[in-house]
Amino acid sequence: MTTTVSPPPAEAPGRRRTRRRTTDRGFNRVFRWIAVGAGVLILAVLAAVALFLLQQAWPALTAGEDELASAVPRFPDDTSLLEYVGPLVFGTLLAAALALAIATPLAMGIALFISHYAPRRLSQLLGYLVDLLAAVPSVIYGLWGIYVLGPAVQPVWAWLNEYVGWFPLFAGPVSPTSRVLATVSVVLAVMILPIITAVAREVFLQTPKLHEEAALALGATRWEVVRTAVLPFGRSGVISAAMLGLGRALGETMAVLMILSPGFLYSFRILDSSQHQTIAAYIAADFPEASGLAVNTLIATGLVLFVITLAVNMAARAIVARRKEFSGAN
Amino acid sequence: MAQRIDTKDLNIYYGDFLAVQDVTMTVDPKSVTAFIGPSGCGKSTFLRTLNRMHEVIPGARVEGSVELEGVDLYGDDVDPVAVRRNVGMVFQRPNPFPTMSIKDNVLAGVKLNNRRISRSDADDLVERSLRGANLWNEVKDRLEKPGSGLSGGQQQRLCIARAIAVRPQVLLMDEPCSALDPISTLAIEDLIGELKQEYTIVIVTHNMQQAARVSDRTAFFNIAGTGKPGRLIEMDDTATMFSSPSQQATEDYVSGRFG
Repeated sequence: MTTTVSPPPAEAPGRRRTRRRTTDRGFNRVFRWIAVGAGVLILAVLAAVALFLLQQAWPALTAGEDELASAVPRFPDDTSLLEYVGPLVFGTLLAAALALAIATPLAMGIALFISHYAPRRLSQLLGYLVDLLAAVPSVIYGLWGIYVLGPAVQPVWAWLNEYVGWFPLFAGPVSPTSRVLATVSVVLAVMILPIITAVAREVFLQTPKLHEEAALALGATRWEVVRTAVLPFGRSGVISAAMLGLGRALGETMAVLMILSPGFLYSFRILDSSQHQTIAAYIAADFPEASGLAVNTLIATGLVLFVITLAVNMAARAIVARRKEFSGAN
Repeated sequence: MAQRIDTKDLNIYYGDFLAVQDVTMTVDPKSVTAFIGPSGCGKSTFLRTLNRMHEVIPGARVEGSVELEGVDLYGDDVDPVAVRRNVGMVFQRPNPFPTMSIKDNVLAGVKLNNRRISRSDADDLVERSLRGANLWNEVKDRLEKPGSGLSGGQQQRLCIARAIAVRPQVLLMDEPCSALDPISTLAIEDLIGELKQEYTIVIVTHNMQQAARVSDRTAFFNIAGTGKPGRLIEMDDTATMFSSPSQQATEDYVSGRFG
């Protein structure tokens, strides 16, 4: 009894006093906890999402082929879940990759124009307009894709097929409605353009004056300044920007759902209808009528999308980190 | 390989603000000319007009003429890009391109405009330029490593190697040692002494001892007050400037009475 009330060792109060004297108190401490809390929250949310997907997808992952075939409409006989999801993954990746291929060069061009070529006034206006593109809801893009872009690009698709048709992507037949993956990719490209442009623009603007002047003093033209100083400096930033865009393109649902006439094939014929479908649009289309095991199957496809997105982001990180020695960070 | 510079009645503006007024001077070929003066007196601004680098700042412009061996650098048909290939520049802070190797840094200027250069020519040029900048022995085993991994003084010498690799007529140096330690400073100063065999060198410095050590001629710039334009007060042989200048302001400055 006496031992429990005996005073603590002499050093304890001393240590407490030293703590007090450090700067970690008051708002500093509050701020530290807010920061730590925010960091932990991100991990917790991510873990919760992953856990939910795994748990809900589990029945579908473990179910037999016959079981799935009877429960899920559109599930072909004698196929595994993997074979079933395959075309969807293919469609998702193809649409996103095409969108990225269209959007990235365009976004870099716009970002360079805003940061290094345009007069200050024009560049501000342009930057504002590009940001505005990001504020348009995707359902509007869907409508625009169907009623404006689709009819407008149909002759272009026909032309491509006629003259470059030997290239697998442009092989015929060409859909007269234009509700094809090519149109979807263009719409997706427009949708991811703002985010890529905005990030690239910020990165390009941060190019150290020192490096730009170094190039100029060697007798570089404006393009050469961009090539020797701006682009190498912005390289990792542009990759990050593109990956942000890719993430959005992979997950975009509404515009794809509205525009694309779906199909479930491994097909490169992006000018033809009923060839492709993306995971997100597929889930959105079938979810209202699904029940029981069919819901689990849809969530399993969602899990696949989640994994793809994670993989894309990790790949981007790896690319950015690869040439760290030359990044200028040292 | 070295050309002379003449400026006549040169006024330099940033927008409406007159930064430097009425400078007329001659810079001799194959010599070192130092610009000294208190901060904000326009020596760096003036230096940057000698290779049209000041135009990079929006609104900057000049009146008067700058002639390189009799050719007006501000003539209508003169391309600033061509001027800068002729008149190289080394900056206050070492600025090697961080994404390039040491070798690529040296070749950066040569490879501009997609000019082709054979591998052996390139190797020769890299070695010659790095030797010229007294850096070869220190980096010859790591030419493929990034330039940003070098020490500050080595980086500055790399920048000098990069500048002389394009064989300019004139080399402008804007306080090249102000970010360096005394040992590196000494290395650069020795190098300046060697480079003047081949190039016309103009150096801006805040360090009067440095001006006295490295230069043949010294120009003193001063301003009357904040918001007033900078002016060239006096220019003479360095020995004269530091012993018996003709202007009282110069004497006050070099003897450390102000600035």
